[in-house]
Amino acid sequence: MRHLGIFATWLTIFVLVGLNSAGDMSTARAMRRVGDFSELRRKGGILGVVGAVLSEPWFYLGLLAMALSFFALLAALSLIDLSVVIPASASLTFLSNLLGAKFFLKEHVSRRRWISGILVLGGIVLLRT
Amino acid sequence: MSFLRYFLLALIVLGSTFGDVYLAKGMKQIGEISPSRWHDLLFAPLNPYVAFGIVLLMIFYISYLASLSWADLSYIMPATTFGYVLTALLAHFMLGEHVPLTRWIGILMITAGVGFITGGPSLTVTPTPEGVSPHLEAHS
Repeated sequence: MRHLGIFATWLTIFVLVGLNSAGDMSTARAMRRVGDFSELRRKGGILGVVGAVLSEPWFYLGLLAMALSFFALLAALSLIDLSVVIPASASLTFLSNLLGAKFFLKEHVSRRRWISGILVLGGIVLLRT
Repeated sequence: MSFLRYFLLALIVLGSTFGDVYLAKGMKQIGEISPSRWHDLLFAPLNPYVAFGIVLLMIFYISYLASLSWADLSYIMPATTFGYVLTALLAHFMLGEHVPLTRWIGILMITAGVGFITGGPSLTVTPTPEGVSPHLEAHS
């Protein structure tokens, strides 16, 4: 790990994870409210799709969180190695998204999805050790 | 699932994986940005590698939006982690890097997880008096 101490490194990663998750949650909620793009395109063409997305407030919240997380990622990459930042933030974002999908988005996270989630999470950890 | 939907998932994987790689390459060139010079970050997109990374991440983002319009977040997420498998395989077969056994097990676990979830339903549906509909419409 270069330049940063343990505390500052993890603080940077947690900020990144928080922003990533907020972005994913808001975007997912926006797209669920917008509905299937292919059906929208059949009804109103590509402009109909763009219009539906742009009139959804959650989309802007998601975009703001993703833009902030992008700059947080750039800052993190200039301070911490890629091989630390990406796996750490990816696995923690994965975990917080899975919990967010269940409790915030009220998705039906079935046993199949939990098992898949645990397999993938374990895989991410092993891949980067 | 149609070809277009698999294609969008592939664009999510490729866009985010290669986007991150180019961003990292660009930020290495720019060097460390100290907290007192945080505004240097605003000029980072002028670096060609960062700029190319941003283009790839935009492709990722549009595919991501389209995919979330027909599938749950908890369905899309595992599918998108397939990028890690891709990176490890590229590192082994193209760059000749040594991939230890634990990493091969990790690859196997991600592949199994992704295969398992894509075999299930992609969207949460709840019963309504008119039939079934995506749950958020029922809640909002």
